[in-house]
Amino acid sequence: MRSAGLSAHSGPVAVAAVAVSPDTALRAPALTAARLAVSRDLTLAFRRRSQLVQPLAFFVLVTLLFPLAISPELARLRSIAAGVLWVAALLASLLALEFLFRDDAQDGTLEQYALAGQSLTWLLFAKTLAHWLLTGLPLSMMAPIAALSLGVGAAALPGILVSMVVGTVTLSLIGALASALTLGMKRSGALLALLTLPLSLPVLIYGARATELAIAGNAYLAPLELLAALAVLAVTLAPLAAAAAVRISLE
Amino acid sequence: MSWTWFHKLASPPYVYALAARLTPWFAWPAALLILGGLYAGLVLAPPDYQQGEGFRIIYVHAPTAWLSILVYVVMGVSAGIGLIWRMKVAHAVAASCAPIGASFTVAALVTGSLWGKPMWGTFWEWDPRLVSELILLFLYLGYLGLRAGFDDTQRADRASALLAVVGLVNVPIIHYSVVWWNSLHQAPSVMQLGKPKMPASMLTPLLMVLLGFTLFFVALLLVRLRAEVLQRERSASWLREALRA
Amino acid sequence: MKDFLDMGGYAAYVWPAYAVTLIVLFLNIAWARSALARAIAGARRRLGAQERGT
Repeated sequence: MRSAGLSAHSGPVAVAAVAVSPDTALRAPALTAARLAVSRDLTLAFRRRSQLVQPLAFFVLVTLLFPLAISPELARLRSIAAGVLWVAALLASLLALEFLFRDDAQDGTLEQYALAGQSLTWLLFAKTLAHWLLTGLPLSMMAPIAALSLGVGAAALPGILVSMVVGTVTLSLIGALASALTLGMKRSGALLALLTLPLSLPVLIYGARATELAIAGNAYLAPLELLAALAVLAVTLAPLAAAAAVRISLE
Repeated sequence: MSWTWFHKLASPPYVYALAARLTPWFAWPAALLILGGLYAGLVLAPPDYQQGEGFRIIYVHAPTAWLSILVYVVMGVSAGIGLIWRMKVAHAVAASCAPIGASFTVAALVTGSLWGKPMWGTFWEWDPRLVSELILLFLYLGYLGLRAGFDDTQRADRASALLAVVGLVNVPIIHYSVVWWNSLHQAPSVMQLGKPKMPASMLTPLLMVLLGFTLFFVALLLVRLRAEVLQRERSASWLREALRA
Repeated sequence: MKDFLDMGGYAAYVWPAYAVTLIVLFLNIAWARSALARAIAGARRRLGAQERGT
């Protein structure tokens, strides 16, 4: 039974279920519904804490591959550090996409969200935000540490953190759209990558450039601004497109 | 203004018959223009003062590159029309475009690389145009891959249509970022011709092949469109009549 | 004639480029026509099944 999945949860989860009820008498204002959706996802995710670590571990692992494959010389590693960090972040966030819609698509929550009186766009934005808080943000905080291992000086770390934070927001949003398109497909990993990576290339280009400039000690505002512009564009358009994709899959 | 012509285009039997009738009108002129243009480009056009005979690759590279982009735009626009107005025929157009566009993108990449070797000395250059073509190929492959993942044609149509529209919006963004990235690291693209202005003897064959390839695309589209329209029609009395023809 | 085939020394690049393009053109024609033939065959089969009441 569809609703059995929701009623099995407690606390913020059950409240969120009521908040998106199609019954207007019960329905909460949009901001509340979003806040509840976020707290629901965070609560559910923390019940499976071990899963949260996986994308982070993958990120560190990929970063580790490069010194082993190329050279242990810190000077050489520093010259490729920006690229390594961003490629690793891109791949790790691809991996983490699996967790975004999988459970909700299976237990019918996504369908409830679509049928809800609330705007699906807003709810999906909330879900993506929660997902970013669980994956993109920790990744961004891990990046400076990984950068240190690649011979990057401490002065560059704030720049790396900032560019990663802004970039991963966009990556999460693009990933959400691609996930929504491939909803319900089994073994969609390669297809997900094929869909997400080309769309993520501008983020990679500007993010890696901002990081590279930060590492060299130069001003990195220009690419950072472009990165921020992409994030703004993604925040406004991606949830809308993702909502359309979810509706298509539920038709 | 009467919109009946637009409504007629939404009707599968009408489109099926129209496509069959129109195909020769595009196919034969296309053949003439392509063969004529290529001959003119190979034989009649004078050699370029900087690139010698090597520049003649432009007569195959330019039309294939042009087509790879044109087809993607047509694909994205028709996909959008199909999404907004829920027109099966529009989705059929988009589905027909994808394999055509992908094959021409491959041709553009190959001819572009072959042009690169004598000009820059390497088979591959991270030139913004070649990189953009490569990304375009992946956009096509993503579209085809998404389609292939669904058994239900209607869901495949609508999901891939959304992807096509998103892709179309992103193409300028991606291209701009690639150009930006390239400008940071090396001199601007060397894929120019020797002279800033092309004489008529060089330009005419180019225009001929560009037009010829475009007409060729339309002819191919019409053929594939008929196939796609047939696949989307389950029952339908009109099929009996149409297939008898 | 030999000069023409030689393409000023660029023969190794010009001719393969033209060959690939022509191959792509012909493959597209063949591919499109076979797609149509398959679709017609499929539609005939479905129509036949319908008329037989299966």
